Amino acid sequence: MTDADPVRLYRTVRLIRRFEERAVELVHGGQIVGGIHPYLGQEGIAAGVCAALDADDVLAGTHRGHGHVLARGADPARMLAELCGRVTGLNAGRGGSMHAADLSIGVLGANAIVGASGAIITGAVWAHRRRGRDTVGVSFFGDGAVNEGMLLEAFNLAALWRVPVLFVCENNGYATTMPVAGAVAGSIAGRAAAFGIPAVGVDGQDPETVRVAACAAVDRMRAGGGPELIEARTYRFDVHHTFEHAVRLDDYRPPDEVTRGRARDPVRIQGERLTNTDRAAVDAEVEATLDAAVRFALSSPEPDPADALTYLYASGLTVRTGGG
Amino acid sequence: MPRLSYRRALTRALGDELARDEAVFLLGEDVQVGASLVTTGLAKRFGTERVRDTPLSEQAFTSFATGAALAGLRPVIEFQIPSLLFLVFEQIVNHAHKFPLMTGGQCRVPVTYLVPGSGSRTGWAGQHSDHPYSLFAHVGVVTVVPATPADAYGLLVTAIRHDDPVVVFAPAGAMDVRDDVDDLVPVPLGRGRIHRFGDDVTVVAIGHLVHDAIAVAEELADQVSVEVFDPRTLYPFDIDGLTESVTRTGRLVVLDDGNRACGMAAEIIASVVERVRLLAPPRRVTRPDGAVLPFAPALDRAVQPGRDQLATAIHLTMKDGS
Repeated sequence: MTDADPVRLYRTVRLIRRFEERAVELVHGGQIVGGIHPYLGQEGIAAGVCAALDADDVLAGTHRGHGHVLARGADPARMLAELCGRVTGLNAGRGGSMHAADLSIGVLGANAIVGASGAIITGAVWAHRRRGRDTVGVSFFGDGAVNEGMLLEAFNLAALWRVPVLFVCENNGYATTMPVAGAVAGSIAGRAAAFGIPAVGVDGQDPETVRVAACAAVDRMRAGGGPELIEARTYRFDVHHTFEHAVRLDDYRPPDEVTRGRARDPVRIQGERLTNTDRAAVDAEVEATLDAAVRFALSSPEPDPADALTYLYASGLTVRTGGG
Repeated sequence: MPRLSYRRALTRALGDELARDEAVFLLGEDVQVGASLVTTGLAKRFGTERVRDTPLSEQAFTSFATGAALAGLRPVIEFQIPSLLFLVFEQIVNHAHKFPLMTGGQCRVPVTYLVPGSGSRTGWAGQHSDHPYSLFAHVGVVTVVPATPADAYGLLVTAIRHDDPVVVFAPAGAMDVRDDVDDLVPVPLGRGRIHRFGDDVTVVAIGHLVHDAIAVAEELADQVSVEVFDPRTLYPFDIDGLTESVTRTGRLVVLDDGNRACGMAAEIIASVVERVRLLAPPRRVTRPDGAVLPFAPALDRAVQPGRDQLATAIHLTMKDGS
């Protein structure tokens, strides 16, 4: 694909932005339970990276994972239905926000365990290539994950076995409330360098900059190169998780920092590359798509409690119930 | 009738499945050389691409296998040390096991985790001597503990072909067992096996302890008629088969190389007494609560369930019920 169309890139960031804003409304309205980790402000990274991928490629994301799933092309209506816990959801209502997955398009899932995606994607890419495909993979993770041993082990495996995985660190400055400076000795790029993995830092707020960097990395990987790392500097516009809207953790991010962070808006930055007419057309189309998605999600049936463990075993193994 | 050792049965199973299905591959530490003596010769036969040595990165290579399984392969991981399962409990339980449900049935994760030499290997002390099969049964990962060469072969083959993760414990105490084996065939999951029929008491024994139970049953043969039931698979458990046995004998003793609290013996007893009115209170012979195996051989043996303890438990349960 390696999609250089600025309109399509804008559509992706706009879709993610408005999806997340609608999802936050549904959290506050009680239609989404358990809350979400909004991807607001970070849209340019998922959009830019996924524009560099082909149909056979795979990715895995994070607890803040809606953007990755949508940017890869999942149906927003089924994604929203999943968040609402409906049977029509991507995961039939069994996964929710933190596990949304669409294996039919190579999305091996958001993953709620920090740092978990790296090794899973490395194995998946290695397996696809063994079966003769030209697959590359993307492992998205945040700055908090660079202190997880599991991820650093995955860096080593991917580099050692030259598995083409693009490690994308979305450095939004905070692991929940812990600033990077309080958690990361050395540097994120330095961790990659330790394994001989080429690393670049990019402005994660500019979707086109991210896309160009991702395309270059993917091209090198398809040409036989090993894994690479992109550190995309970004800013989370809203809360770590929507529970913060209630508990108001005001102390950890200074107000002027939030103002400065929000000023670098990937949706605005990419939108300015379009004519007003094109932008308005995309905005209207995205709005119509999301109106339909909300209607679809909220009108979809909830799963039957009798089927709570239907998908527990792929082998069809049945289990004893918990009752007396 | 050819003699086959338990260890060679595992080797045969791996070789047969690698030969039968291109999707099967083996990875682990020192598997090319075959430090466990189970994977011996497989790298030469199938190549180092399919018999892969890993760096000492258990967490990464366990999740690597999950990813490969999601992409359609059937990985088999060998762990040389049972306690490594604690290190990768997260990767097996929180990822591999949960993916089918969490994705709403979009995927399967057919990974086999083979642990040759589980339990005590006398002298390997605290961090190399655990037998944590009850943990996997508790979380719902398919768990098998074969006792004989034929079952080691048959259950490992079935595990590799199974569409969900399976942990295969091959107890150190069974690795050198030899048997006359006619047919090497797959053994179904969740089906136990009665090694010795009896009328007075059913002894459930797990893994290598099956051989101890048979020996004790023979020793006591002139006093009590002992039936020896080997569940072979701990999860799913053949409760129907065991219920049938205990319904006949009316008495139950469980011999289990796990720690006592929340152990497999506790689960087996609970499952039986939910269904069967026993003639006497059931008994269990296990490692002590919270046991850590001490180094010195006499101490190591002291915390493992033994034949004397089993004989005592059988006598007590016979006395209680008479």
